[in-house]
Amino acid sequence: MWPFSKKKQLELPDFWWDYEEHFKEKLPENIHENTFVVLDTETTGFSMTKDRMLCIGALKLVDNNIVVKDSFEVYIKQEHYNRDSAEIHGILKKSKKDSLTELDALKLFLKYAKNHILVGHHVIFDINMINAALKRNGLPKLKNKTLDTETLYIRTLLISTVVQRKERYTLDDLAKKFSISRKDRHTALGDAFITAIAFLRTIEKLKPQKIKDLLR
Amino acid sequence: MKNTISERIADFLKNYPPFNTMEAKQLEQLSLEVVIIHKETNTIVFSQNENPHEHFYVVNKGAIALSKEGSSQILDICDEGDVFGLRPLLAHENYKLEAKAYEETILYAIPIKEFKPLALENKRIGNFLIESFASNTGNPYSIKHRGKLYGSNQEVDQYSTNKILDLQPIKYSTDLITCKKGTKIKTIANKMTQHNVSCILVEKDNLPVGIITDKDLRKKVATGLFPISGAAKTIMSSPIITYPKELTLAQSQMAMMKSNISHLVLTEDGTTDTRAVGILSKHDIMVAVGNNPAVLLRAIKRAADAKRLRGIRHGIMNLLQGYLDQNIPLGLVSKIISELNDASTKQVIEIALTKMEEEPPVKFTWLSMGSQGRGEQLLNTDQDNAIIFEDVPDEKLEETRGYFKKLGERISKMLNTIGFEYCPADMMASNRSWCQSLSEWKKVTSHWIHNPGPEEILLSSIFFDYNVVYGEKALADELSHSIFDQANHYPQFFTHLASGALQNPSPSGFFRDFLVEQDGEHKDFFDLKLRALMPIIDAARVLILSNSIKSINNTAERYEKLAELEPNNKELYLACSYASKALLKFRTRQGLLHNDSGRYIALDKLNKEEKIKLKRTFKTIKEIQSLIEVRFQVKNMLR
Repeated sequence: MWPFSKKKQLELPDFWWDYEEHFKEKLPENIHENTFVVLDTETTGFSMTKDRMLCIGALKLVDNNIVVKDSFEVYIKQEHYNRDSAEIHGILKKSKKDSLTELDALKLFLKYAKNHILVGHHVIFDINMINAALKRNGLPKLKNKTLDTETLYIRTLLISTVVQRKERYTLDDLAKKFSISRKDRHTALGDAFITAIAFLRTIEKLKPQKIKDLLR
Repeated sequence: MKNTISERIADFLKNYPPFNTMEAKQLEQLSLEVVIIHKETNTIVFSQNENPHEHFYVVNKGAIALSKEGSSQILDICDEGDVFGLRPLLAHENYKLEAKAYEETILYAIPIKEFKPLALENKRIGNFLIESFASNTGNPYSIKHRGKLYGSNQEVDQYSTNKILDLQPIKYSTDLITCKKGTKIKTIANKMTQHNVSCILVEKDNLPVGIITDKDLRKKVATGLFPISGAAKTIMSSPIITYPKELTLAQSQMAMMKSNISHLVLTEDGTTDTRAVGILSKHDIMVAVGNNPAVLLRAIKRAADAKRLRGIRHGIMNLLQGYLDQNIPLGLVSKIISELNDASTKQVIEIALTKMEEEPPVKFTWLSMGSQGRGEQLLNTDQDNAIIFEDVPDEKLEETRGYFKKLGERISKMLNTIGFEYCPADMMASNRSWCQSLSEWKKVTSHWIHNPGPEEILLSSIFFDYNVVYGEKALADELSHSIFDQANHYPQFFTHLASGALQNPSPSGFFRDFLVEQDGEHKDFFDLKLRALMPIIDAARVLILSNSIKSINNTAERYEKLAELEPNNKELYLACSYASKALLKFRTRQGLLHNDSGRYIALDKLNKEEKIKLKRTFKTIKEIQSLIEVRFQVKNMLR
């Protein structure tokens, strides 16, 4: 009936279909049964079109546990290179760490993330970066649900009109508030770890009953 | 392959035994196998008689309380870097204690499968384990001692059931330093110095025959009475007085007083015919009575960093529990605990000041507000605080504020470390709006008084209970003057304050039933703070402020003062004073029982007597509410 759309779908590689397959499953209702994938990306800059991801770091949170061995850290080979941001991340173009092509990195990430909820600080930026990379490689956008730790954190604060409140909270602000060591700031997995702890502590404050309370 | 997180874990573990003895490579590998666990307050890590897990645990952040199931008595608290839950895994037995998160905690769970081969291979790890299972390294603030935290033996029962501290067995040093009758005095003095002990035991055929203390050296040798080249037997006290090793605190104190000695020698059966097993010094007793306000206060004043203070605060909580168990009048209890809270805050400020690069540019005052300001903060609840600094020229204002804001941030962070939660509404000196110059504060408070909307009333009700904890009292006094001046010119303010005090929902419904929360996280719980404590506290505030009295902050004391000022309402005020104490005690008990703020109460957990006691206070609340309603003509305003 729709010959064109069918043909277009067939172009997608197997690993994408494996990824999509996971979304047939519904997420568990109970928070503790859910797996959260906490992620962070390091990029060459803030432009969706010009800049590229250098590294994706992620870890899995299941029922308040993080299994260290089951964390995710890939470095991506660079064509495009931005001198300014390399100074922040300390990732040089020809880094000694084994790096993968963008497509391989995405492949691994999709396999890791499955249909789990993605959690990040200003998560929309990381998602956009990944989506841009997916697009470059002829793939559709991520299908995962997302949670932003900044938005969640703001929900823990009381609303008061007289006491001034900050508009934005950086990952550093959160790390300070929850006294998390900021030792590995600006490595993707290090930031993902800080985000994960901040996420856990925020959840403890919010005490949501069901997963939908968080996603609202 | 190591990753960023495992490196981070290794970096933490390498500071603590037994991991500090491991090679970097081994530790790296072990760290990769770790599972990081986040535990919410009061959740169980393992329970008594549970089968051993595959992991043992190291506390990364927070604290874990070990106790016998069903008993509220905490046997030990494991802090940052402490290992627990290991012995049952090695001994293949079930857990003997229950481990529960005392506060929000992050644990590193280390798989025994990976750890065991390392422990067998590395002799130093093995030694650590043997030592920690066998020794009794005392933790002065836990009634039990750390060595047993991997499991327990029968002794634990003795500790946990014995609630009266005086009758508890006491910890003594088993590390005996001995000499012979013929040993030279100089050698003895050197040996004592080397081991840093205050006494040495003189033995013959492995049996104790005498004792030489610092005092003997001072009185007998330094005075020239005996030559330094003399032998031990010339100056030792002999025969010695010995006691059996199962000695309680009270017994040992009495023994020392009776014989006027500062050291007791403990032997196998209490006679001089058996081997000496330990020496008990006055210092050991001091440590054992660590749950004593004077000792705690001294410890607070000596603490050099927040971490140390945190440990002391566990001691304060133990003390509080003891007071409540022994039914000591709450007025006295809250005075002592507030004194200790204030001292902790003061010490935190002192430490923070030494860490600032510069001296404060002008004088300042640190105010604590809310419950701490009222001297009613028995549990570790939120911190509410503010800074007033001296007026400076306009061009200097922001620079000066910058300094104090930074100081405020430091202090509030340290207070958080020692156990006072951040204020969720950000009413802390680290916030710009709560760190202001004297004239700014005057402006703000006068604005509240002249524009008493609900928000302003709420803020005044928190702020007006302020109490000077540190710094220049004159600044606070001047602010108080200004506040009363404004309020007397604008008496309407009291009407608004009174109406604010009546805003809180009533504690009981039509048939004198408790009204419980309808929804949210605390559905079906009774909100003790909002429905019972707040009305009585708010009423006291408006009444005392309308009498222009600022120096009394404590609610019970406010009512006592009111009873004195208005003899015709004396009975009601005294009932209020009693009710406020009863409610606070109730809240504190509940809080200690559940290790939370004690605010929400599960009614089905209360017994009949407790329910009746609570309901009795409700009657008083209703009466005081109608009194202020009439006095401040709140009805007219509402119309």
